[in-house]
Amino acid sequence: MAEMIPPKERIQREQISMPEQEPKERIYNFKEVPLGYTQEQAIYEAQRCLQCKNAKCVPGCPAEINIPKFIEKIVEEDFAGAYLEILKTDDLPAMTGRVCPQEEQCQQVCILEKQGKPIAIGRLERFVADWARENNIHGNLPKISKKEQKVAIVGSGPAGLTCAADLAKFGYDVTIFEALHQPGGVLVYGIPEFRLPKSIVEYEVKEIEKLGVKVVTDFVVGTTKSVDELTREFDAIFLANGAGAPRFMNIPGENLNDVYSANEFLTRANLMKAYLFPKYDTPIKIGKRAATIGAGNVAMDSARTALRLGAEKSYIVYRRSRKEVPARSEEVHHAEEEGIIFNFLTLPVKVLGDDKGNVIGMECLKMELGEPDDSGRRRPIPIPGSNFVIEVDMVIDAIGTSANPIVARSATGVEINQWGYFIIDDNTKATTKEGIFAGGDIVRGSATVISAVGDGKVAARAVDEFLSSGKSLKKSK
Amino acid sequence: MYQVINKKILHETIYSMWIKAPEVASSVQPGQFIILMIKEKGERIPLTVADFNREKGLIRIVFQIVGKTSEELSTLEEGDGLYSFIGPLGKETEIENYGKVITVGGGTGIACIHPITRALKEAGNEVISIIGARNKELIIMEEEIRKASSELIVTTDDGSYGRKGFVTQVLKELLDKDKSIKKVWTIGPPIMMKVTCETTKPYPVDTIVSLNSIMVDGTGMCGSCRVTIGGETKFVCTDGPEFDGQLVDWEEFSNRLSRYKGSEKKSWDLYHEHTHLCSCGRGTK
Repeated sequence: MAEMIPPKERIQREQISMPEQEPKERIYNFKEVPLGYTQEQAIYEAQRCLQCKNAKCVPGCPAEINIPKFIEKIVEEDFAGAYLEILKTDDLPAMTGRVCPQEEQCQQVCILEKQGKPIAIGRLERFVADWARENNIHGNLPKISKKEQKVAIVGSGPAGLTCAADLAKFGYDVTIFEALHQPGGVLVYGIPEFRLPKSIVEYEVKEIEKLGVKVVTDFVVGTTKSVDELTREFDAIFLANGAGAPRFMNIPGENLNDVYSANEFLTRANLMKAYLFPKYDTPIKIGKRAATIGAGNVAMDSARTALRLGAEKSYIVYRRSRKEVPARSEEVHHAEEEGIIFNFLTLPVKVLGDDKGNVIGMECLKMELGEPDDSGRRRPIPIPGSNFVIEVDMVIDAIGTSANPIVARSATGVEINQWGYFIIDDNTKATTKEGIFAGGDIVRGSATVISAVGDGKVAARAVDEFLSSGKSLKKSK
Repeated sequence: MYQVINKKILHETIYSMWIKAPEVASSVQPGQFIILMIKEKGERIPLTVADFNREKGLIRIVFQIVGKTSEELSTLEEGDGLYSFIGPLGKETEIENYGKVITVGGGTGIACIHPITRALKEAGNEVISIIGARNKELIIMEEEIRKASSELIVTTDDGSYGRKGFVTQVLKELLDKDKSIKKVWTIGPPIMMKVTCETTKPYPVDTIVSLNSIMVDGTGMCGSCRVTIGGETKFVCTDGPEFDGQLVDWEEFSNRLSRYKGSEKKSWDLYHEHTHLCSCGRGTK
């Protein structure tokens, strides 16, 4: 057992940086970029935690993890104990440890953040989850007696998986319906292997299945069966089908052959493993010069994927300035290290093609920043006559998503707002139809994995309350 | 696992399979499609449903060997299983009693037109079907289409069976002769659908086509299948697959179908190098 160190020393000690694959090396492979802490590094980092009495990090965590407690277990070298502590509220720790924006949540409110060296909570969480997986440590199965009520979860992304796990722990009979052939939602189709290895998602889904959750793949709620039909078979439903539909710029040339939505590009690369073509059958365009439009996390993922597939030049084209970039700073940093070229204050106006429909360039306008807009960010304004052409042979639209209407169309009485997202009560995630709840991106639009996890947790409690009071969708007929 | 229950070779390159998929069979409607994967490393390919049996939980697919995946699919035997089979996808055909209508099928489009034709007739329409192919051997499902429609006319390009010529010639004659025809459905290779639309354009009939774009998820998530309809971008998977044929940007549609020509050839060549065993002369073993 490692020793507790005096508070003064804790404050003086610097944060342990994360070992990473070298940029020069990693742009030629899809292996994970951060390599994870060693045991020694994890303990050394964990020792820095001040173990605050009223720890601010805990309310800062949408997954409600008792952070000081699991960190204390790391110091005690009780890694299994640390894992079980996390699992009490978060069933996807290897995943959240990797993709959560900790710098905006738990780490932002860490008392040591003021000195610019918050505890690396995400890295510690990842260490614990990876250690448990490698050492075959599993969560305890729920001891609660099984309940008869059945709950349907639509979508197996972070919101659906979390809600399912929590409900299974309450004792309910839970079935997840997934439209694709593999569970995980955005975790498998969207986030690239080099940020979140798919074997880890698969593992964490299997752990959730061990809680008794049934996962039905190849099942498109909305067409295979409507939500209305599910209300006859299930006592409650949680809709977590994701934002779904890709957005396009609506500029000329956007339907040329080599213009992708980020969803398509990443789904081919990640879910279908097109980066292993022809070992896997799904093809993908290998552009020499790729332009990704947008500057969110999905745009970084797309630009970095294009680079790994073999692009000599991979551009980010963004209409605002560096200051407004919505992606995590870590992702932008990684992208820059890898040689992604950022074109700020640049607005695409036309994709240029040859007579066979192939992309040969993208015409853009230079922008300047004006007064702040509704989002509080300075509005980008085109500079007339500043048109210029970026020579590219493929374009990826990563400008966000909109609501996919398939699920909502089949759910009578579940109201949506003008953008197609479900209208919910923020406190319970209840939709306008009693017994049906909703969360994740199909409520929030394009948000984060961790906010989806949080929604799943809140909804699970609300579903439990609904069912515990003796209500059921089947009875409300 | 979705089991192959019945397999029939309709032509040296065209296969029919009934697949056990009870959930899909219970909700499928004419005009809809499915997406299947042969194995985990396979690609997702969309196929329009050729027939279904709700009681037995079966879906019939008909496909032509055009690349690696379709050739590999053709090697499956009864009892073998598919890794993935998703559906029904897309909007169903708008079936109502229009009066007198025509359904036109070319190539494997003949199979796709089958459930639509049957449903139209069941809804009270007088349905004239025209099916065509290059030669007699390529005419498939003739008896089923005959049964599903009020009248059937068969054409072959080379005159080896039925009337010599293209489906569009017969279609034009019918439209000239009978002004009461309300609507035409046409499914087949893009060029055939395009020419059909050109043929019907001068006449006061609606022409519905069913597009077979390249897709990945097939549920509106990726946009791979997008196509311009009347100047607006639409997704074939969720807005279609059926559209007003007069509004389709055929050039863009055809271009986007050729997006992966190079990869498709590579895949096909490798497959033949490694596994081709038949005597057609393409393989090396």
